[in-house]
Amino acid sequence: MSTAVGDAAPHQRTFKVWRGDKTGGKMVDYTAEITPGMVVLDAIHQIQATQASDLACRWNCKAGKCGSCSAEINGKPRLMCLTRMEALPEGDVTVQPMKAFPNIRDLVTDVSWNYTVNKKITKFTPANPGTRFVAEDGTFRMQQRDVERTQEMRKCIECFLCQDTCHVIRDHEKHEVFSGPRFFARAASLEMHPVDVADREPFLKNEGGIGFCNITKCCTEVCPEHITITDNAIIPLKERIADRYYDPVTMLWRWVTGADKKDG
Amino acid sequence: MNQPSATTATLPQGSGFGATMRKDNWWIGPIGIAALLLSFLIYSTWAAFQGAYYWVPGTNYLSPFYSPEIWGHSPHAFILGQPGFWQSWMPPFSAALLILGLPAGFRLTCYYYRKAYYRSIWLDPVACAVGEPRKSYWGENALPLILWNVHRYFLYAAIVFVFLLGYDGIIAHMFPVNADGTSFTNVQYLATGAENPAFDKTKPVEAHHHVFGMSLVSLVLILNPLLLAGYTFGCHSLRHIVGGRKDCFAGGSGCGTDLHFKAWSFVSFLNRNHATWAMLSLVVVGLADVLVRLVAMGKISDFRFF
Repeated sequence: MSTAVGDAAPHQRTFKVWRGDKTGGKMVDYTAEITPGMVVLDAIHQIQATQASDLACRWNCKAGKCGSCSAEINGKPRLMCLTRMEALPEGDVTVQPMKAFPNIRDLVTDVSWNYTVNKKITKFTPANPGTRFVAEDGTFRMQQRDVERTQEMRKCIECFLCQDTCHVIRDHEKHEVFSGPRFFARAASLEMHPVDVADREPFLKNEGGIGFCNITKCCTEVCPEHITITDNAIIPLKERIADRYYDPVTMLWRWVTGADKKDG
Repeated sequence: MNQPSATTATLPQGSGFGATMRKDNWWIGPIGIAALLLSFLIYSTWAAFQGAYYWVPGTNYLSPFYSPEIWGHSPHAFILGQPGFWQSWMPPFSAALLILGLPAGFRLTCYYYRKAYYRSIWLDPVACAVGEPRKSYWGENALPLILWNVHRYFLYAAIVFVFLLGYDGIIAHMFPVNADGTSFTNVQYLATGAENPAFDKTKPVEAHHHVFGMSLVSLVLILNPLLLAGYTFGCHSLRHIVGGRKDCFAGGSGCGTDLHFKAWSFVSFLNRNHATWAMLSLVVVGLADVLVRLVAMGKISDFRFF
């Protein structure tokens, strides 16, 4: 049962925190004094200060903007800094590192695989000056409604909770053939950009493995920035790929007209 | 960077079906959705094979499972009787069997329903951060699920169905009457599909005229296409077709126009609650068949208001 914000007197809560490294580990019990307004990261810091000074935990802004303190709290991928104690049910609180990535130590995981995937995505490639939306001096002239889809994806803080919860990565370990929701969101932000002229559809279909996504929306559920990754990034990309590779009518049309993907 | 090593397996949730550290009742959602989907699947399959009690003599009520009735035994049929190509080895003829594949295909390949049944029936994943029953996985990257990319073709059919069922919903409010104002019931076949022994060839076979009326059944029959429209016109594929495929809406070379933007915005508006539209329309289309069936069987009245 959750308790309403502000009506809880200071009290002790037990935290079961995963301690270990790449060779293995176990859950260790700690207690923290909970006061109104605390978040899980506060409790972890208190545990570090009072009981386990060697507890490894990655954090930075404590404001849901740096994407560092990703963990699994009571089994759910969440940011520790945005998980209020009042919002958790009574009883022990479990805190574990993200399951989808190799553990370095305690709550810290090695997320470098994500950076490797990121490098595979063709970077932003603006049209030449003097063409659509690009002035002769190279500056862009765009309507707000043309960039809103891109801007939603650019809210991403790269916490990688979506990658952690995605079952294609988490359970099926398709890291080698699947980019994951974070990078579909990034690709969507570039593909839908009115100025960008690069073509990432072949990558998304083949090396990016977007077909592995079965749109079960866990990435959207866990996103702390509330980006509608599935509906506004992945499905629109799947539809563009259907246009190009699976729909016989649009395929024929493209073949007849010689249409390039950036014809709009 | 290769995939994470097996060290992650040392985490306490382990792996295997249902393995999780979640403490909430994550299983309620999938069970509820599975119960709803399977109930509808069983009922609609049973109803589609009946070939009877899908219309009500003396009214214009027609079950949405049987519309459009291309061949059939009701006054709604475009061609009265059974199609010549129906073979004896086939199940007893039912008009629904000719058309139900299209709306069924639309829902089967729908992006929302895919989520719903991948989670609640195929358990892949049953819930976020909960272990799965199978290790192997191809997703929608291989047969058969790669075929779900044809969703847009079922959409085209579904749009036609919205208007057909809309027509049915309107005429359900028009009650056929004889010249003297009495209810018109001189039909060749009964709601059971059997020949009507009271059918009188000397009497008119069309109603003299129709009077406007309203009943619980007629309201459900008009609610059905409205919900279906909310579901169909919020389709992810439609969202792509009407404007999502464009990278800009400013007009000019390669860009979409203001009309594209407005159409895309409207579909996006409906799309935000696509799951709700999908489930509401599913429940109401089933309810519409149940009501028509029960009225046709004489089990209940149609609760005519006027």
